[in-house]
Amino acid sequence: MMIEPRQENLVDGATGPWEIILGLEVHAQVTSQSKLFSGASTEFGGEPNAHVSLVDAAMPGMLPVINAECVAQAVRTGLGLNAEINLYSVFDRKNYFYPDLPQGYQISQYKYPIVGEGVVTVDLMKEGYSIEVGIERLHLEQDAGKSLHDQHPDYSFVDLNRSGVALMEIVSRPDMRSAEEAKAYVTKLRTILRYLGTCDGNMEQGSLRADVNVSVRKPGAPLGTRCEIKNVNSIRFIGQAIDYEARRQIGILEDGGKIDQETRLFDPKSGQTRSMRSKEEAHDYRYFPDPDLLPLELAQKDVDALAKALPELPDVKKTRFVEAFGLSVYDAGVLVSDRASADFYEKVAKGRDAKLAANWVTGEFFGALNRLGKDIEDSPVSADALGELIDLISKDVISGRIAKDVFEIMLETGEAPGKIVEERGLKQVTDTGAIEAVVDEIIAANPKQVEQLKTKPKTIGWFVGQVMKSTGGKANPAAVNEILRKKLEIGEE
Amino acid sequence: MSELTGLTLAEARDRLKKKEITAHELTEAHITALEAANTALNAYIVPTPDKALDMAKASDERLGKGKGLPLDGLPLGIKDLYCTEGVRSTACSGILGDFQPVYESTVTQNLWAAGAVMLGKTNMDEFAMGSSNETSAYGSCVNPWRAAGSDKPLVPGGSSGGSASAVAARIALAATASDTGGSIRQPAAFTGTVGLKPTYGRCSRRGMIAFASSLDQAGPITRTVQDAAIMLRHMASYDPKDSTSANRKVPDYEKALSEKVKGLKIGVPKEYRIDGMSAEIDELWERGIGWYKDAGAEIIEISLPHTKYALPAYYIVAPAEASSNLARYDGVRYGARVNGKDIIDMYEETRSHGFGAEVKRRLLIGTYVLSAGYYDAYYIKAQKVRTLIQRDFNEAFGKVDAILTPATPSAAFGVGEKGGDPIEMYLNDIFTVTVNMAGLPGISVPAGRSGDGLPLGLQIIGKAFDEETVLKAGQVIEDAAGRYEAPEAWWLSETAPAKKAKVTSKTKAKTS
Amino acid sequence: MKVDEATVRHVARLARIKVTPEQAKALEGELSAILDWVEQLGEVDTANVEPMTRVEEMALPKREDKVTEGSIAGQIVKNAPLTEDNFFLVPKVVE
Repeated sequence: MMIEPRQENLVDGATGPWEIILGLEVHAQVTSQSKLFSGASTEFGGEPNAHVSLVDAAMPGMLPVINAECVAQAVRTGLGLNAEINLYSVFDRKNYFYPDLPQGYQISQYKYPIVGEGVVTVDLMKEGYSIEVGIERLHLEQDAGKSLHDQHPDYSFVDLNRSGVALMEIVSRPDMRSAEEAKAYVTKLRTILRYLGTCDGNMEQGSLRADVNVSVRKPGAPLGTRCEIKNVNSIRFIGQAIDYEARRQIGILEDGGKIDQETRLFDPKSGQTRSMRSKEEAHDYRYFPDPDLLPLELAQKDVDALAKALPELPDVKKTRFVEAFGLSVYDAGVLVSDRASADFYEKVAKGRDAKLAANWVTGEFFGALNRLGKDIEDSPVSADALGELIDLISKDVISGRIAKDVFEIMLETGEAPGKIVEERGLKQVTDTGAIEAVVDEIIAANPKQVEQLKTKPKTIGWFVGQVMKSTGGKANPAAVNEILRKKLEIGEE
Repeated sequence: MSELTGLTLAEARDRLKKKEITAHELTEAHITALEAANTALNAYIVPTPDKALDMAKASDERLGKGKGLPLDGLPLGIKDLYCTEGVRSTACSGILGDFQPVYESTVTQNLWAAGAVMLGKTNMDEFAMGSSNETSAYGSCVNPWRAAGSDKPLVPGGSSGGSASAVAARIALAATASDTGGSIRQPAAFTGTVGLKPTYGRCSRRGMIAFASSLDQAGPITRTVQDAAIMLRHMASYDPKDSTSANRKVPDYEKALSEKVKGLKIGVPKEYRIDGMSAEIDELWERGIGWYKDAGAEIIEISLPHTKYALPAYYIVAPAEASSNLARYDGVRYGARVNGKDIIDMYEETRSHGFGAEVKRRLLIGTYVLSAGYYDAYYIKAQKVRTLIQRDFNEAFGKVDAILTPATPSAAFGVGEKGGDPIEMYLNDIFTVTVNMAGLPGISVPAGRSGDGLPLGLQIIGKAFDEETVLKAGQVIEDAAGRYEAPEAWWLSETAPAKKAKVTSKTKAKTS
Repeated sequence: MKVDEATVRHVARLARIKVTPEQAKALEGELSAILDWVEQLGEVDTANVEPMTRVEEMALPKREDKVTEGSIAGQIVKNAPLTEDNFFLVPKVVE
């Protein structure tokens, strides 16, 4: 299926525009207590080799036994990717030697993966369009251990804690055409995984890593040779790596050279990709079905049960927010990007002005969380408290302006908004009589500005400001406006 | 002394229960016999006399209180393939160095839980790859049997040569062994003992140093069929830590032996009558057929058309799986390490030094047949042939209850005699390997003697998880051929050790 | 099937086994002989035959997601040739 190139995604080279073709293989660590084929803990960190069983250390005679929950997590993820669940799949050994691979093979899936083709819708918020990224497959495999190469001049230190942790390898079709699209894809994937609870998506801890396949071509030409940039562990780095690599390849081709198909690493310090040294000849992994295991066969009814129990996924939730709450697609998109945020919002919006709630959640509230460096899970203000604040605004007890101040106090003290308003006397003044009195005062005291009004009608803003100042911000702005206009005999704008 | 070591497992068990003998006496007798024989035979590579006496003591305590466990006090040899906690376990390979597992294999754990006593680790072909116990890093093992009028050392068969030799020479009441292509049944036939390979999945493989995962199976070598039944009862178990372990109740195999075989249908496969088969073996087979008829069984000729392809298919599948199973022996986490200038060099030096020639050969074959471009033509092809072999048996078992064949194409041959051509050595497994390829149970029972007076065995193959029939049918052979005889203990009278063709790992590195 | 010395070296490298030139030469002959011998499988018609995927008819057993193993770092490294602070040490790997 041809994807029409978007002009804005083409890169200008000396010889004309180039198209970047991107495919991603994302490795997502499965959320589970124990490893894929052993009962050791998957907890991050830990003393060296403390989360290692005899099986993980590949002791002679040790055998793999599969973790039922890891299988379920893979199926849930496949369903979340709108993908086909393969009821029959096989675990194969991928054979190669590396110190962090104790068996000398990785148990993976080659010919018959547990999940087949699917699709993910990715919204490019800023750019204002959406794409569909095809999923080729998802398979389960073991993660490898970790080698530290900087502890000693002559030796590498090997820790097998991570060895055997379940990974889902999610392979996309080469459907992305820009660094932004790739970043948005990984972001969306991460959101889906976190919604499902199948992976925590923590890229800093390595729960989510991407291998980025990059090639370039002139639009309409056949696919170019691709290079694989391995183990990129942040969204930002994905963008940087793609930018560098695309330009590197374009540079080579424009000089008349050709691209060597190779595996590369991204170096965040230099912002460049470089070739990996040790991957000599093309690997011959000699895949064959693991004879210590049997084929995995799933019952359709079990898959159906998992499907039924899935939480509402972001795309569906977004559509529902737009329809039920009248939100803009943009606002709905921001709110559903994180399940906890979406749940928080719904709680706030229930029985209230949904748009007002959306403005407050995406504006002041998210702003505050950002500023304080807090996750929504550790929010100093609860959904109920924020809802209460919004009620006060809706009932005209306080103005929007005052509400912001009240919110700040809520963040600091954790007190309920109603209480804060009471104690500090922040109630909005709506008594027209009182406002009129102030208005009269201001008008009387400022004859020059009254004169100015005749030529500059917008000076009314100054008057509004003065009245608000005089009332300590508590006057209802709409009432102030109305009374001022009447008294100053200015029509509606 | 020699009287105690000449008992069968069942007899010893009986006498212990009746308190006619103590576990200590029985173990002591075996330790003494072992010490007298082992220099000549090299059946044990790690004798564990202290441990054995400790275990015997504990057995005596229990037996004294009348709380004896099923195998209390019975001294056993344990093939070095089994990981035994705190006792060196190396599958007779130099690459495992001085590896002392911190864990016990499931099969041996079962035996210790039943009160059995460990005499030590027995010799074997390195990583179970061999049919003569000549590839061991700890030197060859010698068959306690000699040809009439000859003192030429003979092989005990392999890979479980040490176990077979020990049981035959009466320096173990019974022994654990393992069978991937015939490694229990062939040495049993060569040493006049009973060797039982159960159905694939009957015994747990956990803690057994893996050779070929889809073929390896634990089993006993004993002197009688009854003893084999007793041993299997305790070796077998469902193990949730082995994904290929069968979740089936373990029957009382000993009890099943009391049932008779009248009306049993015994299949005789025509394809096992191979070209150039020795007249001796053919006669033995005919005699066997006669015994079944006498016992009231019905003899039915059957066809297993893909028989001759089992061996070449085996020599693709087994090395392929081994090439992957042995990748973990890299000097990083255990075993012997040879330092190198970088990691790849370290791997290569460690593995070249640590593995013997036969193992290397098989690893290279295995790597080759799995490699890009060859996988379909070799590995997939062999696995398809395996399906056909299994189908042959399934069809045959629609007509018969058990199948009777010779166990080996010849009697035991001389140490060093078949060194040159690997394929010649592989042909030793020609009658046994079909059984592993189909995952079925098989037993070898002593059935007669060669012209030179050397033991010969006959094999019974049964349906999956029908070890009861296999044992019952095996009993027929034993009843007719006579119970085991011990070979003459020539090692006791010879002042100098018999000339052994000792092949060490150093010399192996030089030979190709 | 004849394998040449280059193939022997390639396969030996894949298997991380060092072979001297003499060994490679000898292996050439031995491996070729073995591969020739297994060629006879070509006589078997396997057109509509599935390769064996399991020896016994049973389903892949699964286990519950619980932490039941680990916390034995000392035992894990006990048999290792070279360790430090419960890490395995190997000659430095350059990526």
